[in-house]
Amino acid sequence: MAQILTGTWRVKAGLAQMLKGGVIMDVVTPEQAKIAEDAGAVAVMALERVPADIRAQGGVARMSDPELILKIMDAVTIPVMAKVRIGHFVEAQILEAIGVDFIDESEVLTPADEEHHIDKHKFKVPFVCGARNLGEALRRIAEGAAMIRTKGEAGTGDVVEAVRHARAVMKEIRRLQNMAEEEVYAYAKEIGAPLELVLETRRLGRLPVVNFAAGGIATPADAALMMQLGMDGVFVGSGIFKSENPAKRAAAIVKAVTHYNDPAILAEVSKGLGEPMRGIQAATLAAEERLAPRGW
Amino acid sequence: MKSLTIGVLALQGDFIEHEAMLRLLGVETRQVRLPEHLEGLDGLIIPGGESTTMGRLAVDFGLIEPLRAFGKQKPVWGTCAGAIFLAKDIHRDQPILGLMDIVVERNAFGRQVDSFEVDVVIPALQVVDPDPRPFRAVFIRAPIIEQVNPPAEVLATLEDGTIIAAQQGHLLATSFHPELTDDLRFHRYFLHLVEQSRLRRQPAGQQVSGNGR
Repeated sequence: MAQILTGTWRVKAGLAQMLKGGVIMDVVTPEQAKIAEDAGAVAVMALERVPADIRAQGGVARMSDPELILKIMDAVTIPVMAKVRIGHFVEAQILEAIGVDFIDESEVLTPADEEHHIDKHKFKVPFVCGARNLGEALRRIAEGAAMIRTKGEAGTGDVVEAVRHARAVMKEIRRLQNMAEEEVYAYAKEIGAPLELVLETRRLGRLPVVNFAAGGIATPADAALMMQLGMDGVFVGSGIFKSENPAKRAAAIVKAVTHYNDPAILAEVSKGLGEPMRGIQAATLAAEERLAPRGW
Repeated sequence: MKSLTIGVLALQGDFIEHEAMLRLLGVETRQVRLPEHLEGLDGLIIPGGESTTMGRLAVDFGLIEPLRAFGKQKPVWGTCAGAIFLAKDIHRDQPILGLMDIVVERNAFGRQVDSFEVDVVIPALQVVDPDPRPFRAVFIRAPIIEQVNPPAEVLATLEDGTIIAAQQGHLLATSFHPELTDDLRFHRYFLHLVEQSRLRRQPAGQQVSGNGR
């Protein structure tokens, strides 16, 4: 009998590859999940509160109620993701037990461990983690993350931080490719990343896993901007269901990610979408209001 | 002989992985997002991804009928979501091409934690490589091919008889992802179908007609 292997690295990283060129949308009800699927989302992120509300309401943000996540899983045929707190491996065990397709170990929730992230190799379900730079991305991949996303600044509707994080990773990869081989060792130490992943990144000229944009994307133009900056796909959190016409905006962002290099189509899909989410300028946030510095 | 140009439907999914495999085989590739991108292609691959997303985008950008017309004339290979897209029946209301006489059930093995890889023996691949070594098949939230009706034929099964690949003339469907391995045999098999199809469409006499210039 040929041996059937589940939870392998290829199967975990492979699901992320299937999501490429797609949009993953935050939803808080089964009805929203259905709207997202009909609009062409490749996956939904099941939550009790979108980041904009977590930001507004404050308090400790935790994993969502499994009952809500299960209802959303029943409502759609596309993959369902859910968030756990940084380092909270028991929340992750619970999500794996109910059959969630992807876990986001997320800075949007209140961290549960200030020293350790989850050992993601121990799970059959794949993980996505946020990163602001190359070192952070490669540390997460070393811990077993099968997908990376920019942190951006979730719940703001301001794309500036996502752009900063995407550009930081790209710039560091270019620098890595241009340096002499003997300089790579010191560079790996400098950015705090495992040497073998640094060498693999240098060889590939990109992160060794799929890399999405997240944190502040609110319009089709934002989504296409992140794609032109070299991202593999886009997460849209509060940007859809905090806008005036979620179904129309969701479909427009899906089209913008596919046709990110075609300004005529981008112009067409950007027309008449109604009010975007109001948003907060990320630069006006106080240090303690910023989510991106959570994790390390 | 003129080199082949193979299109890869690039609405969403792992189209870059297919392009990388094709380039290793010395083939020109083109990303297809709009009907006009199909012009002059010798064959088309519909990659893995989310079939609901691809279906919605194919409808919105007027690709359904052009893809059907293309598939009636030239080879098309669908992997996973692509296989769903090629099927006649998928038990649900979702845009599909309906080119192959197969019935496909989506997410038939379960959720992502049930995704798996396994070695399978695929005798048809001996057309391109006589070594009968098994092929590592990668299944990600994969569909199964429930029924294969003539003129479609079964190309591969798991040991328990589950159908995982089918062929109907120049059309090919696999519920797994050869593009996620480094084994080029399935891509070579598709290119073999493309060559055969091109020879059928261009009788030998026609190829010498331009020599007088």
